[in-house]
Amino acid sequence: MESPIALDKKDVSIVLCGQAGQGIQTVERILVRLLKLSGYHVFATKEYMSRVRGGNNSTEIRVASSRVSAFEDRIDILIPFHEGALKHVERRISHQSFILGDEEMISKDCQLNGSQCIPIPLSKIASDVGGKIYANIVAAGMVLGLFQVEQRIFTGFITEYFAKKGEDIIKKNLEAIQKGWEIGKGLLDSERTDVKSWRESAVGEDILLNGAEAISLGALAGGCNFLSSYPMSPSTGVMVFLSHQMNEFDIIVEQAEDEISAINMALGASYGGARAMVTTSGGGFALMTEGVSLSGMLELPVVIHLAQRPGPATGLPTRTEQADLELALYSGHGEFPRIIFAPGKLEDAFSLTQRAFNLADKFQIPVFILTDQYFMDSYSNVPIFDLKGMKVEKYIVKSDKEYKRYELTGTGISPRAIPGFGEGLVGVDSDEHDQEAHITEDLDLRGKMVEKRLRKLESIKKDVLPPELSGNREYRILIVGWGSTYGVIKEALEKLDRKDISFLHFKQVYPLHEETKEYLKKAEKTIIVENNATSQFGKLIKLFTGMDIETKILKYNGLVFSVEEVLDKIRIHTQ
Amino acid sequence: MNTQIYDREGIDIAWCPGCGNYSILKTLKMVLAELGIGPRELVLVSGIGQAAKIPHYFKTHFFNGLHGRAIPPATAIKAVNPELTVIAESGDGDMYGEGGNHFIHAIRRNPDITTIVHNNMVYGLTKGQASPTSQLGFKTPVQVKGVFLEPFNPIAVAVALDASFVARAYAGDIEQTKEIIKEAVTHKGFALVDIFHPCVSFNKVNTHTWFKEHTYYLEDSHDSTDRMSAFQRALEKEKFPLGIFYKNSDKVTFVENVGVYSQDKTPLSLRDSERVKKLNDLLESKK
Repeated sequence: MESPIALDKKDVSIVLCGQAGQGIQTVERILVRLLKLSGYHVFATKEYMSRVRGGNNSTEIRVASSRVSAFEDRIDILIPFHEGALKHVERRISHQSFILGDEEMISKDCQLNGSQCIPIPLSKIASDVGGKIYANIVAAGMVLGLFQVEQRIFTGFITEYFAKKGEDIIKKNLEAIQKGWEIGKGLLDSERTDVKSWRESAVGEDILLNGAEAISLGALAGGCNFLSSYPMSPSTGVMVFLSHQMNEFDIIVEQAEDEISAINMALGASYGGARAMVTTSGGGFALMTEGVSLSGMLELPVVIHLAQRPGPATGLPTRTEQADLELALYSGHGEFPRIIFAPGKLEDAFSLTQRAFNLADKFQIPVFILTDQYFMDSYSNVPIFDLKGMKVEKYIVKSDKEYKRYELTGTGISPRAIPGFGEGLVGVDSDEHDQEAHITEDLDLRGKMVEKRLRKLESIKKDVLPPELSGNREYRILIVGWGSTYGVIKEALEKLDRKDISFLHFKQVYPLHEETKEYLKKAEKTIIVENNATSQFGKLIKLFTGMDIETKILKYNGLVFSVEEVLDKIRIHTQ
Repeated sequence: MNTQIYDREGIDIAWCPGCGNYSILKTLKMVLAELGIGPRELVLVSGIGQAAKIPHYFKTHFFNGLHGRAIPPATAIKAVNPELTVIAESGDGDMYGEGGNHFIHAIRRNPDITTIVHNNMVYGLTKGQASPTSQLGFKTPVQVKGVFLEPFNPIAVAVALDASFVARAYAGDIEQTKEIIKEAVTHKGFALVDIFHPCVSFNKVNTHTWFKEHTYYLEDSHDSTDRMSAFQRALEKEKFPLGIFYKNSDKVTFVENVGVYSQDKTPLSLRDSERVKKLNDLLESKK
């Protein structure tokens, strides 16, 4: 066979498409790790159905010579694992796409949109090795071969990856990956494509993780030692990660009977002196909102990780959306201060979560981290996180006999003591209370307590993180985004390459940084990009700055924006 | 120890004169004094309702949380500092209605806490509607034709779930109630004490006289380790047995299961563990 595949850009998008249960996630994990270890920059993201078997799921893996962290529509290489696969991603297939897979899966739709089909007997090879189930590993090997990943890199990894499954399984997987690798090597036209030149040795030293892991590591760095939650996609990854670190890091991780219990447990732990967190999504968070209000009233710190998914109600459980910003902002009855973060990069997910624990403790408030399915499930390589200067700030005081939990202070922050540490007594009360936390209907005192709680917002405002400006400081058009859309907007603008357009990204969405208005005023035209239907962040900006962002690029079908899509829309709006 | 150490000066108690809550308050203070558990070693956790105001009439650490949610924070408080004695205390509406799910799962989780339920078979603070334990036919401004929901049987539910300690008391008998609560507090594991008491304002049926006529103590010969027998006795409803129905002292507690105390007994909340090196190692493993 000739070597048919030449890659003209140093940025390849590989899409694996199959049914739930066909092991696509295994291929994703193996490939991103091994490609990264070989020195390629990688990014992987997936879209999947809310089912355990069957359906249509796809994973995109981008392999590039420089850092990438966004979803692209374009498919350079498609590997289908079942017959419906081509139809599922049809709109993304072009004449540039190579389709590699079993003949019976691709023959029917061969040359779809002008694509080039190369039959590879993945299932036949897998059967020879020991069963069709190995087809995914043969495919992984094929991609590794295509990128000329050295055998020594994958042999050890595969042995370790399947270690628990026994000798026989390891042997078969090694054979499967080897056979795929040999095919892959032959597919690349190495005369025209020097993939090895894409590699950067420093990438091997990068860490590779997804949003869920970055949030979890940030929690560990923030001193989290108590997490109570109820499983719900897409938030569960954090609970899973921390469960595996319970012994090493002295954490209690408890799966509560419901989200109401979860947040009330977290607040009990916080009262007792722990650094407590909950991780939840959509309806699960809706159940927690009375607890959010309790945090506000008791003035107990809690970190709330809210991984958004499309609603209302059950919505699309495995899809993505940025539509719970307003819910987070207004959750909980009554008036009390809060902070809301929304990371757009993995390094921000780590540092913001770490920061969330310090700020929750400092101001004795709920602090939110808003992510979404796309952010939680997407992997990329990043330089190892720097722990220097990261401190677990402690604000707990030892009580004396005269201790008053809700002492009225100038800043509104009362020193926080915990039971079992000091001579005093520590009470907290969800009713309006006096300085010793006892129930009261003294309405003058009520006024003072409301003001005390709200006064904390003044100190909180001094600690707000500024938005990040990408592009020129002098701009005519300003694109505004928040949270997980960072990567895609940034890449779209790089591709657009217009000196008069800059991008302002918010990783702290509440309270807003005081310079927000200045940034907006400088622009002749502002455009907001949000993964929701009503421009919730745009409304928030208007509320707090009076500035109206009239041009909106919104998406709310459950899928993430693609680079091409944002690029096209920005083009249309800026012609 | 004198019960006065728990007294708060000059407080305005919101309970009606003659309310059964007063006897429970008094009894609990006696229990703690006799056990030598001081105000700084105790956390009283409550929800919302008339019974749930008890921490405000007590000098101790307390967490007066949300309606129905006494048990989850109590579980966590004990978990982050097992040196504290933790008592969750609220009414029948709070624990069995609004908080029913937590009640069930706390039994499965088995935290080493005592749950005291003031059971007067009616809602007091919202003025007289049916509670989960209201008896069939009980008429209220809402249940105008009388209650037709089968009364919740906390004792039978707890025994069915193999709760670690299950007892029922009657607030009018301070001496016996005291002994029952004492056993509950010293018992290792989740201990339920359901306490019958009258509501003088909103329950004209289940009065002191009614409780006296409709209760009796389990015989000394009752084997509290026999779950089947405990379950049978829990189903009796002509006359309600009082006393300790069931005990299972072999159950592993939540704190023993979570693992953070297997090597180090220091309360989690007071630990100052160094994480930088461990975190660096973990980050390295992500390469």
